[in-house]
Amino acid sequence: MQTYSDLEYLKLSKWNKFLYKIASFFVSIPVAIKNGFLTIGRFFKNAAIDVKEEFRDIGSTFKNGDVNTRISFFVMGYGSIRRGQVLRGIMFLLMELVFIFYMVVSGGYWLSMLPSLGKTGPTTSYDAILDTYVPTYNDNSFKILLYGVLTLFFIIAFLYTWRLNVKQNKIAQEYLAKGKKLKSGKDDIRSLVDEQFYKTLLALPLTGILIFTVMPIVFMILVAFTNYDGAHDGYINNLFTWVGTTNFGQLLNWTSGSQNYSATFGEVLTWTLIWAFFATFTNYFLGMFVAMMINKKGIKFKKVWRTILVLTIAIPQFISLLYVSKMFAKNGILNGLLMDLGWITKALPFWEDPTWARITVIIINIWIGIPYLMLITTGILMNIPADLYESARIDGANPWQQYTKITLPYMLFITGPYLLTSFIGNMNNFNVIYLLTGGGPTNSAASTAAGSVGYTDLLVTWLFKITTGAEAQYYLASVVGIMVFVVAAVISLVVYGIMPSTKNEEDYQ
Amino acid sequence: MSTNNASMKKHMGLKASRVVSNTVIYVILIAMSVIWLIPFVCIVLQSFRVENTWQVGYILPKQWGWDNYAALLKTDFKVWYLNTFIMALVVSVLQTMIVLCMSYTLSRFRFKLRQPLMKLMLVLGMFPGMLTMIILYRVLKDLGMTQANAVPGLILVYIASSGMGYYVSKGFFDTISKSLDEAARVDGATRLQILFKIILPLSKPIVIYTILTAFMGPWGDFVFARYISFGTSAGMNVAVGLNGWLSLDQIDQRYTMFCAGGVIVAIPVAVLFMCLQKYYVEGVTGGAVKG
Repeated sequence: MQTYSDLEYLKLSKWNKFLYKIASFFVSIPVAIKNGFLTIGRFFKNAAIDVKEEFRDIGSTFKNGDVNTRISFFVMGYGSIRRGQVLRGIMFLLMELVFIFYMVVSGGYWLSMLPSLGKTGPTTSYDAILDTYVPTYNDNSFKILLYGVLTLFFIIAFLYTWRLNVKQNKIAQEYLAKGKKLKSGKDDIRSLVDEQFYKTLLALPLTGILIFTVMPIVFMILVAFTNYDGAHDGYINNLFTWVGTTNFGQLLNWTSGSQNYSATFGEVLTWTLIWAFFATFTNYFLGMFVAMMINKKGIKFKKVWRTILVLTIAIPQFISLLYVSKMFAKNGILNGLLMDLGWITKALPFWEDPTWARITVIIINIWIGIPYLMLITTGILMNIPADLYESARIDGANPWQQYTKITLPYMLFITGPYLLTSFIGNMNNFNVIYLLTGGGPTNSAASTAAGSVGYTDLLVTWLFKITTGAEAQYYLASVVGIMVFVVAAVISLVVYGIMPSTKNEEDYQ
Repeated sequence: MSTNNASMKKHMGLKASRVVSNTVIYVILIAMSVIWLIPFVCIVLQSFRVENTWQVGYILPKQWGWDNYAALLKTDFKVWYLNTFIMALVVSVLQTMIVLCMSYTLSRFRFKLRQPLMKLMLVLGMFPGMLTMIILYRVLKDLGMTQANAVPGLILVYIASSGMGYYVSKGFFDTISKSLDEAARVDGATRLQILFKIILPLSKPIVIYTILTAFMGPWGDFVFARYISFGTSAGMNVAVGLNGWLSLDQIDQRYTMFCAGGVIVAIPVAVLFMCLQKYYVEGVTGGAVKG
């Protein structure tokens, strides 16, 4: 592509300028992707350097340490207790004792079973007294994987604490050598509501996120590499085990087999992206348009209009969505009215025809989405300096020019990150799709695939169907979930790379 | 004189065009209001229809009555309503505390792990939340918090990860000047005192916004509630319960009851929302965009 300097660019005709902008957007995509990967690469490189540095520091601490420090390498907290920081020392010691106790009692078992996910599955034996076959349940793959992951988390936490313990010794030793006083337990507690108040505040929320988000996500990523499904539930029916990347092959066609979902996956992914695009941008522009209409000088009852629109936010979505879905049904109110008016003779196939259904969900989503966008854009529109419009008007700009030259660039600049999050939110917009169509109409061409996919199914609703279907192919659901993540991550990396400036958050304060 | 006339004419022309454009806008706004209100008007009207219980192609009932509301009392609707109400109350308190802790910390403190933490949560947010459901279901089942006991299980699920939704209130805290904190620190206040004596009194809009959104969450949740209550009526929330009435085998008997149930669910939530609308708008416009 030809590149222009600023001066040359200004000389271009309007149309050429437009073409140039479009072209440069697409040219910058590979660069943005490359930069994204470079960032990831740099992250790992830095991490490797950090780890090396840590080991060097641990080594030198041991070498230069006194007796207390050296013993602390094995008996955590020893040094702290000897130096008078009893509270800290006891905490360290406690952590070590709990860790050792846990590893001996059960952690070791879970960890040793992790590579196989269980050795003996359920067996049946003949019970002569009852004259029946009685099942005996042995290993539990699900629990092995779950507690195996938990044990790994615990080991990481222990290593971190151990490292902290070593660091504490080093610092304390240096402090004492310089003749300074160490902090007492009382100081430690006081600092938890002051300098280190953030630790107190974050403890609970982060524990919740760790247990209820991070841990399940790690678990489910691992499930993608197993054959965990309804028939291999890990306990009652059969054990499940590691299968490598075969599941990814089923979805991406790396390997060919009887269960090949790559065509279905391609279709659902395409529709997910189309849906996310339209759902985001129709709402964005129409919402902005409505906000501008309501805010226009001379328009009365501004509050009334806003209140009416906001009703769709105020009423729980499942009611409005389910009801509207039924309004558009074959025997629903809309078709009934149109037939009574004599405009149509046969019911319109809002939910029966694939194309109709897709367009209808996008339109109903506009109904749901405009009020949010109206609220969001109203605030920003009011912040655009009025003198910009004033001077544009003096220069003879018509309203359309004012919109494209002032309003739109300003809005795009401020709401860039919002557009990105809303795009990703729409990709995962379960409620609207599931409550309106349930994913239907069913795609009979793809009905061999898991969970009977429909034409309006997004990746997330498909995922839900897979897990609740008769076969409950959890492994496939995990792979789909990982794919959703990959798509979202790639889009984010690209968009962040292209966005003119990442806002500096310190600017606001 | 002639130039004056011309400018007059131009002025008149401008005025006329403004009248025209304003009229067009009024027409659009009125049309939109009708479209936005019709479903809600319909659902209310249908809930009073007693001549039959299935879907019909007309709006105005031929016979009016309270039968559908009376019929609700004979079903599990009470249970679902109570379940949802309890969840909404508990979640609104606990979730608000967690979100405020998280957002205040990320707005006011600068510590080494702050940026990595925020990036990590950004990345975690890109995984579909539904993915975690499978394992949470099995774990909650082992703890005996599914099916009939779904309420505590669901509360746990709702609040546990609520720290991830810190963006909006962090955006708000960011707008409160840091010089207030610094002045208080000079006077010897601890961070704890600053939070309770300075920041929170200034944060009324965002606190109300957080409570409001947290309260409304359980009323609309469908996926988790359905998964965890799995088929047991005693553990369902209103969304899952009422959705069951629209299934193919029930819709002809229960359609008007669904409408009545929808009205009963919507009214208190909508009234609460409308009363606190001012704060919601402040939260959305202030925090949502800045992120």
